[in-house]
Amino acid sequence: MITTPLTKNVHEDRRVVLVEDYEANGGYQGARKSITQMTPSECLQVIKDSNLRGRGGAGFPTGMKWSFVPMDNVSPGHKYLVCNADEMEPGTFKDRLLMECDPHQLIEGMICGSYTIQADIAYIFLRGEYVKAAETLSQAIKECYAKGYLGRSIMGTNYSLDLYLHTSAGRYICGEETALINSLEGKRANPRAKPPFPQVSGLWGRPTIVNNVETLCNISHILDHGPEWFQELGIGEDAGTKMYGVSGNVQNPGCWELPIGTTIREILEVHAGGMLPGYSFRGLLPGGGSTDFLVEEHLDLAMDYGTIGKAGSRMGTGTMIILDDKTCPVGMVKNLIDFFAHESCGFCTPCRDGLPQTAHILQDMSSGKGESRDIENLERLVKFIGSIGNTHCALAPGAMEPLQSAMKYFPEDFERHAKGKKCNYCETD
Amino acid sequence: MNNSVNSLSTEELSAIDEELEHAPYRSAVAIDALKIVQSHRGWVSDSSIKEIANYLEMSSEELDSIATFYNLIFRRPVGENVILFCDSVSCWIRGCAKLEKHINKTLGITRGQTTEDDKFTLVPVPCLGACDKAPVMMVGDSLHENLTEESINRILEDAAVKGKER
Ligand SMILES: Cc1cc2nc3c(=O)[nH]c(=O)nc-3n(C[C@H](O)[C@H](O)[C@H](O)COP(=O)(O)O)c2cc1C
Ligand code: SF4
Repeated sequence: MITTPLTKNVHEDRRVVLVEDYEANGGYQGARKSITQMTPSECLQVIKDSNLRGRGGAGFPTGMKWSFVPMDNVSPGHKYLVCNADEMEPGTFKDRLLMECDPHQLIEGMICGSYTIQADIAYIFLRGEYVKAAETLSQAIKECYAKGYLGRSIMGTNYSLDLYLHTSAGRYICGEETALINSLEGKRANPRAKPPFPQVSGLWGRPTIVNNVETLCNISHILDHGPEWFQELGIGEDAGTKMYGVSGNVQNPGCWELPIGTTIREILEVHAGGMLPGYSFRGLLPGGGSTDFLVEEHLDLAMDYGTIGKAGSRMGTGTMIILDDKTCPVGMVKNLIDFFAHESCGFCTPCRDGLPQTAHILQDMSSGKGESRDIENLERLVKFIGSIGNTHCALAPGAMEPLQSAMKYFPEDFERHAKGKKCNYCETD
Repeated sequence: MNNSVNSLSTEELSAIDEELEHAPYRSAVAIDALKIVQSHRGWVSDSSIKEIANYLEMSSEELDSIATFYNLIFRRPVGENVILFCDSVSCWIRGCAKLEKHINKTLGITRGQTTEDDKFTLVPVPCLGACDKAPVMMVGDSLHENLTEESINRILEDAAVKGKER
């Protein structure tokens, strides 16, 4: 049986998989099976039974999300499936690989997902900088129309679907699903209030599902091979495989498809080859820039949603960023807060004004102008900005996660900087 | 709408029209239209804003509020090559701050500035999603990975000779 469904077609040199090769290796079987032999509700049940959870960061069960889309007695009009290909979470580089190397896998997943929720229009919302992915996807979409996988009467059935590629014009906040919908509508990417949830009222007020690239890449395989097969791919409580990545001062930074629930230690030491000579491990952000630090004591934990959650962090995107002993945690957090302050959409005050305040304190601290009250002030800001409900979306609370946990695990570094000391590793002038 | 009242080129108009084909209303393609015009003119001027807004039946103010929100829409002239320099966390850990200073020195520009010969504009960009190859930057449409001062020198020299990358 296939154990690495997502990367089974990926070549070492990362050249794109052509449609003929994709088909020859089982491609479009999942779509054919679901569209020609299964009802939408049967497809939904399979996805629910598979226990697939969203790979965009929050880990929301995909089948449950889809089940909120109204199916019967829907007012006349479109339904939409949108692929979130905005990958901009600092330290995250998994969706790029999936789209550049195997664009048909994503499109097939989108065809299956659209059929399941009976969407008639699908969009890929791709970040503007992913020029190569834009090329591979456009080419693959053209091939699909030519082969009758997209357009009118797909595979001879009465199901029709149009798929469009939208390339974005920047801004991290576009990845938040309601901001993404506003951006697709041609507006500023400010998040929307929820409820109503997009499943009921999304793009142009119509039922809309937004899913991450990696989530959608799983769909055709699950429909083709069944939920039990998918469940067995995972090691612990979660199902399937996961694209895990490691960046930082390690021997072999990269991205690998592994059983979900692989331990942090195995990912870091076996796949990433451990630390570079001269560097030792101090901590890691397990799943991108807006997840809490974990440290040495957590290395043997399984990288799954529940385990990492219980340890006080989040699996997030599953791409870890390693903190070493020659990088200052205060400087690292400053870099992250600068990013979040810059990327705030400006809609609500705690984020728009609070993040620059936080960044200012960290700037002073890392450049040797720290004061004793800095730590207390940071704690106050963390509490205020980090509380869910104080802000309009999850960007600002997410920004506080690396800060609050860095203060918890690396207090000596914050204290040193709060005494007005410079450090060897914070390079600022 | 009478196309002759504005000076968008036929090419630009037909690309915008293609987007309009599957849009529920005209202003829905605002971002696509801004990108189309920028790809032809390098940046989006005040008069381009007026022309696009006119064509999409929206106010210039509304369109400008959209144009200024997105960091890949340039509302000021830029050089032949825009350097999108990643300064996010993985690149920072791998020493991008030093490399940015090297670019500052080599080209004589800091963030947001354009060289006097109009060859380069330097702007920071959020994580480029190539963190295993950090530090990275884009010059025009090309991604450059595992940067060092030497490789940056080479990349900039090549780009200066080649002109606009497309
Ligand atoms: C500030 C912010 C940025 C986000 N960026 C992304 C992103 O780039 N890609 C993504 O898939 N999800 C991103 N998300 C999560 C999405 O809002 C949404 O949860 C996700 O696309 C759902 O897909 P999934 O259920 O398949 O995980 C972001 C969330 C927030 C709050
Ligand atoms: S938390 Fe920040 S990004 Fe989110 S809505 Fe408020 S200002 Fe915008």
